[in-house]
Amino acid sequence: MLERIVTGAHYGLRDWLIQRVTAVVMVLYTLSLAGYWLFQPVMDYNAWTLFFSSNFVRTFSLLFLLSVFYHAWIGVRDIVMDYIKPAFIRLLLHVLVILALLLYVIWSVQILWGI
Amino acid sequence: MKFKIYRYNPETDAAPYMQDYDLAIDAGNMMLLDAILMIKANDDSLSLRKSCREGVCGSDAMNINGRNGLACITPLSGLKQPVELRPLPGLPVIRDLIVDMTQFFKQYHSIKPYLVNNDPPPETERLQSPEDRAELDGLYECILCGCCTTACPSFWWNPDKFVGPAGLLQAYRFIADTRDQATAERLDNLEDPYRLFRCHTIMNCVDVCPKELSPTEAIGKIKDMMVKRAV
Repeated sequence: MLERIVTGAHYGLRDWLIQRVTAVVMVLYTLSLAGYWLFQPVMDYNAWTLFFSSNFVRTFSLLFLLSVFYHAWIGVRDIVMDYIKPAFIRLLLHVLVILALLLYVIWSVQILWGI
Repeated sequence: MKFKIYRYNPETDAAPYMQDYDLAIDAGNMMLLDAILMIKANDDSLSLRKSCREGVCGSDAMNINGRNGLACITPLSGLKQPVELRPLPGLPVIRDLIVDMTQFFKQYHSIKPYLVNNDPPPETERLQSPEDRAELDGLYECILCGCCTTACPSFWWNPDKFVGPAGLLQAYRFIADTRDQATAERLDNLEDPYRLFRCHTIMNCVDVCPKELSPTEAIGKIKDMMVKRAV
């Protein structure tokens, strides 16, 4: 096949925007958790389980983790795009990263609702 | 004054090397280009590009003590010795301080750096309001010296796909022009993970621009317009 430089995959803006939005979610969650840590008098197993048994905390934590994974996907994909040039190896790495992140999602749900 | 200059002649040298030069001069009010030309008077094998010698043509862009700039408007007195001169990074070296700027201009041409307006030309000029015209300030002054684009790691990694700060500054110059009718096509042309969004806002371009322009700001404005268009 002729080697031509092809660009024009129209997902630049979408991914850039999602990376910004997920970053905001991550900041909000981190600040909330830090606030909880600072104003929690006793920090033991019971307090921790009670905290994570709340449905709101679980949902917010899952939203945070989903944001982390999506954010990480865009970042890792950008790194792969910079350093791995052959299209087949790049696709393979992309698929592996996506599968790993999907497994993390399943694992996160299991952990959050398994307490 | 001591100088260390990158030398490479692909016809005779196996590899590039740094050559030492010593000039018995006082920096005074001289610019770096004056010193380089004195060196060249003694050693005419040293090759470089230069033309206007006053920061207007952008020919003598080079890497000066690790930082891209124009030799003709860089005061000699402010430079640490030995003054290390190298060609602009990230582009193929033709000889000594001369680089092949084909890729740079290819990217520049890819953003269609000219006004697209299909209306029949009016009797007089196509007029703009003073406010509309003011938006082009900080954009049209670019001299295409290549200092910013060759200081950008995203361009080093993907010179064939990332437009680079200079090209994107000019892209915004025409997107911002109220007389231009191809705004949508111009945005489409950049809506790609490589062409515009390889910019990670590290601002090397703003840091080195000899005309003190801000490609980062222009890139931000293009992103803003894309968001406005999409939502």
